[in-house]
Amino acid sequence: MSVLSFTFYLFAVCVIVGGLFTVISRNPVHSVLWLILSFLSSAGLFVLLGAEFVAMLLVIVYVGAVAVLFLFVVMMLDVDFAQLKAEMARYLPLGLLIGVVLLMQLGMAFGNWTASEGAEAARAAVAPVDTHNTAALGLLIYDRYFLLFQLAGLILLVAMVGAIVLTLRHRKHVKRQDVLAQMYRDPATAMELKDVKPGQGL
Amino acid sequence: MIQADLNIILPEVILSLYAMLALVGAVYSGKDKLAPLLVWLTAGLFALLAFWIAGSTGPSQTAFGGMFVDDGFARFAKIMILISAAVVLVMSQEYMLRRNLLRFEYPLLIALALVGMMMMVSAGDLMSLYMGLELQSLSLYVIASLRRDSVKSTEAGLKYFVLGALSSGLLLYGASLCYGYSGTTLFSGIIAAAGDHHAPLGLLLGLVLISSGLAFKVSAVPFHMWTPDVYEGAPTPITAFFATAPKVAAIGLFARVMHDAFGGITADWQQIIALLSLLSMFLGSIAAIGQTNIKRLMAYSSIAHMGYALMGLAAGTAFGIQALLIYMAIYVTMSIGTFAFILLMEKDGQPVTDISALHMLSRAHPGRAIAMLVLLFSLAGVPPMVGFFGKLYVLRAAYDAGLAWLALAGVIASVIGAFYYLRIVFYMYFGDDQDDNLDRTRAPVLQTVLFVSALIMVVGIANLFGIEGAAEAAAATLVR
Repeated sequence: MSVLSFTFYLFAVCVIVGGLFTVISRNPVHSVLWLILSFLSSAGLFVLLGAEFVAMLLVIVYVGAVAVLFLFVVMMLDVDFAQLKAEMARYLPLGLLIGVVLLMQLGMAFGNWTASEGAEAARAAVAPVDTHNTAALGLLIYDRYFLLFQLAGLILLVAMVGAIVLTLRHRKHVKRQDVLAQMYRDPATAMELKDVKPGQGL
Repeated sequence: MIQADLNIILPEVILSLYAMLALVGAVYSGKDKLAPLLVWLTAGLFALLAFWIAGSTGPSQTAFGGMFVDDGFARFAKIMILISAAVVLVMSQEYMLRRNLLRFEYPLLIALALVGMMMMVSAGDLMSLYMGLELQSLSLYVIASLRRDSVKSTEAGLKYFVLGALSSGLLLYGASLCYGYSGTTLFSGIIAAAGDHHAPLGLLLGLVLISSGLAFKVSAVPFHMWTPDVYEGAPTPITAFFATAPKVAAIGLFARVMHDAFGGITADWQQIIALLSLLSMFLGSIAAIGQTNIKRLMAYSSIAHMGYALMGLAAGTAFGIQALLIYMAIYVTMSIGTFAFILLMEKDGQPVTDISALHMLSRAHPGRAIAMLVLLFSLAGVPPMVGFFGKLYVLRAAYDAGLAWLALAGVIASVIGAFYYLRIVFYMYFGDDQDDNLDRTRAPVLQTVLFVSALIMVVGIANLFGIEGAAEAAAATLVR
């Protein structure tokens, strides 16, 4: 076994084990940590493919930002995970059965896997040879996959609008800071002088 | 080069630019006060784009290296999607406004969902398929849970989201297997790699997984579980939207993938679609019998109707696609009319959805009752109405393609299904007397939509408004 295939199998097994333990570990914080292991191993797989830039993105964006955010959310959530797990145990036999059947089918497909004659050739040119990773990626997504790139942008816009629509509440009785009103305050409006006669109140 | 490509996707570009501009404009000005205006503007733009697309009769063309296909089939589906969305949007305004649900994001999310749907029916690549599908689904998840103070609405949104994510996962896995087999994600490349004999096991597995993912979106049995809950939980106008435009888009996408990417191996997917169709027709017809909530009932009805539409696809011929398009056009028209009726169902200003409220409706509201009668007959496929011709077309397509057993099953299922449609008619005309009748709601838009839709179901029997010819031309561009 060459070093290359050894590293591939190492990372691949790590991805699968990480994914498995994300689902079955008891403590949700551990789940997130296993998820991070999965992300890191996938980044390793990208490096093996020659896509260093994507690998770095995966580490920086997913591990650095998304997973850490997950971690905070999970720590702050007040959800009884034990109860959820108990629900899961009820459906576990059926789920396992379907899983095993699917796994066997996939095994069958893998056993006599054939690709069409042109498949290798059509896929071959993906890894950039003499350009930088970032430049090659830029050439692809801003030129050949321009449409998909823009559509991905629209999807993110919808996600943002959706998050705002579903969570933002305008509370009517909250006093907010009004900067303009503060700036245009002057003694004439802010203060009122009353001439209080002796022996009388206001 | 990019100029020519952009010209081809100009309707989509205009719609997305409009949505973004309107979003920014509304955020920085009147916010929700602008919502009624935005509803009309958006609906107007939909109608305008529909007329524009109807007017463009150029030859089939592709953009972005084949990722986007603009042919007769896509145009036909887009016109259906745009017009039905425009009508539903206008219908929904009054209901949403009265229940304090009309937020300015609502019409814009629908506009963005429509961009996704237009991408779906024009997809020429597994990646653009997925992008369009996600854009559509994500917008729909949000508007399903728009009434965030109601547990049912949020539950509907969440259920839709989780199951939708699962189906996207299946679809993506199938897409990766297809890519693994053929080395390309372009439909034109996949069809060339697949050849015209039986598919090898790997590609077949990809085909099955893609079909399952798409069956979720058209809510075909056994991937229908989310439909009744989402239909019941979402606010009624949004349910009306779910039952129309997204269904057209999903089934259009289904037909596009099957014919454009797997057109050479028809025999392999024919049996999958035929099974989906058979199960949907029977489950939709039988499970609806026990329902008393009219929204849940419409959900099962839509499952059954999707079964009939899939029968047209299962035929695997150009005539089958023509039948499918005709069926979808008729189904959408009927659904819009029926939902206009459901939106009119109110007691003391509160919406009611229980069908027991319809007892002796004919005495209090004779006009509404007769219009609903026509629509229900049409939904059931009773001969003189237009709905019958839709069914006739798909049955003939299945029969011609050698699926006589499926056509026979379709006839049996439609007889079973007729029971629950006719039960509502029975309630309306021969039910028990009751004192508290439905309100005389003054909603001119809803009344107009209801009566026009019912009128189409009667007048259309003359020549189906010439839709057959248009559908035939559209089907000819898809099945070559």
